[in-house]
Amino acid sequence: MKCEELLKMLNEYVDGTVDPAICEEFEKHMAGCNPCQVVVDNIRKTITLYKAGQPYELPIKFRENLHNALREKWKEKHPAR
Amino acid sequence: MQRLVTPELTDTELVQRAKAGDLAAFEALTTRHERRVYGLAMRMLRHEEDAEDVTQQTFLSVLENLENFRGEASFSTWLLRIATHAALKVIRKRKGLEVVSLEEATEPPDHSEAIPHPEFIADWRQSPEQLVETREIRRLLDEALARLDEKHRIVFLLRDVEGLSIRETAESLGLSEGNTKVRLLRARLQLREQLTQTLGDPATQLVRSPHHQH
Repeated sequence: MKCEELLKMLNEYVDGTVDPAICEEFEKHMAGCNPCQVVVDNIRKTITLYKAGQPYELPIKFRENLHNALREKWKEKHPAR
Repeated sequence: MQRLVTPELTDTELVQRAKAGDLAAFEALTTRHERRVYGLAMRMLRHEEDAEDVTQQTFLSVLENLENFRGEASFSTWLLRIATHAALKVIRKRKGLEVVSLEEATEPPDHSEAIPHPEFIADWRQSPEQLVETREIRRLLDEALARLDEKHRIVFLLRDVEGLSIRETAESLGLSEGNTKVRLLRARLQLREQLTQTLGDPATQLVRSPHHQH
């Protein structure tokens, strides 16, 4: 396996969906190729970092308006008997 | 008799109650997922008011269509799909493409695009766990995302930030799975490049030999 081929299989490898036979080749290549090893490690960290990112907080005023709008709409849909 | 809505209730249980007319259950669902929807919209649109509009439209649409939700996908997947469509509508409007269908707007052929080669290869100075704690990281991550092409950014957001599968991401965007994977790969490689420029330790920088083979 060459570096180029490894790049093409990167998604599947990082997501753990790669075919076992290809996975073995992938790991064999990485064992002898420091740059590919680091690229894979960088990619994993990039994904981890984005996943762990702080959530956006809703502006307080907007959250209030949102819930009011939803209650209004709810009343229209479920008129009190 | 109205039973208490407690935090341990699953989305499915809350959906059932909301369908049966329990407003508290619907509000609990909204409270549970509103930050995620708003965050997705903010990252897709990078505009506070537009993100608010999309968030409101999304939950109004959920309320309107809840009775048709059959639970084939999880509630959050269904919700994110609605939010994605609302955000894409804003994007198309900005581009003045109202009449173009979703598929045309989002699926130019990707096969011709070469995969970008890693340029700056180095170990990071800090672990993701340490980095999350630093104050500047949010800005760095957002700026790197903003520099991606829209079509790459959206795929990355749905797949890697929101955790949808490739198939769910493809369905939400009206893309083929093949194109979704190519876009995801480009997004991941470009983000890696940008983040490593800032977070990489130059002392550990590696140079890829041009004729490296095994």
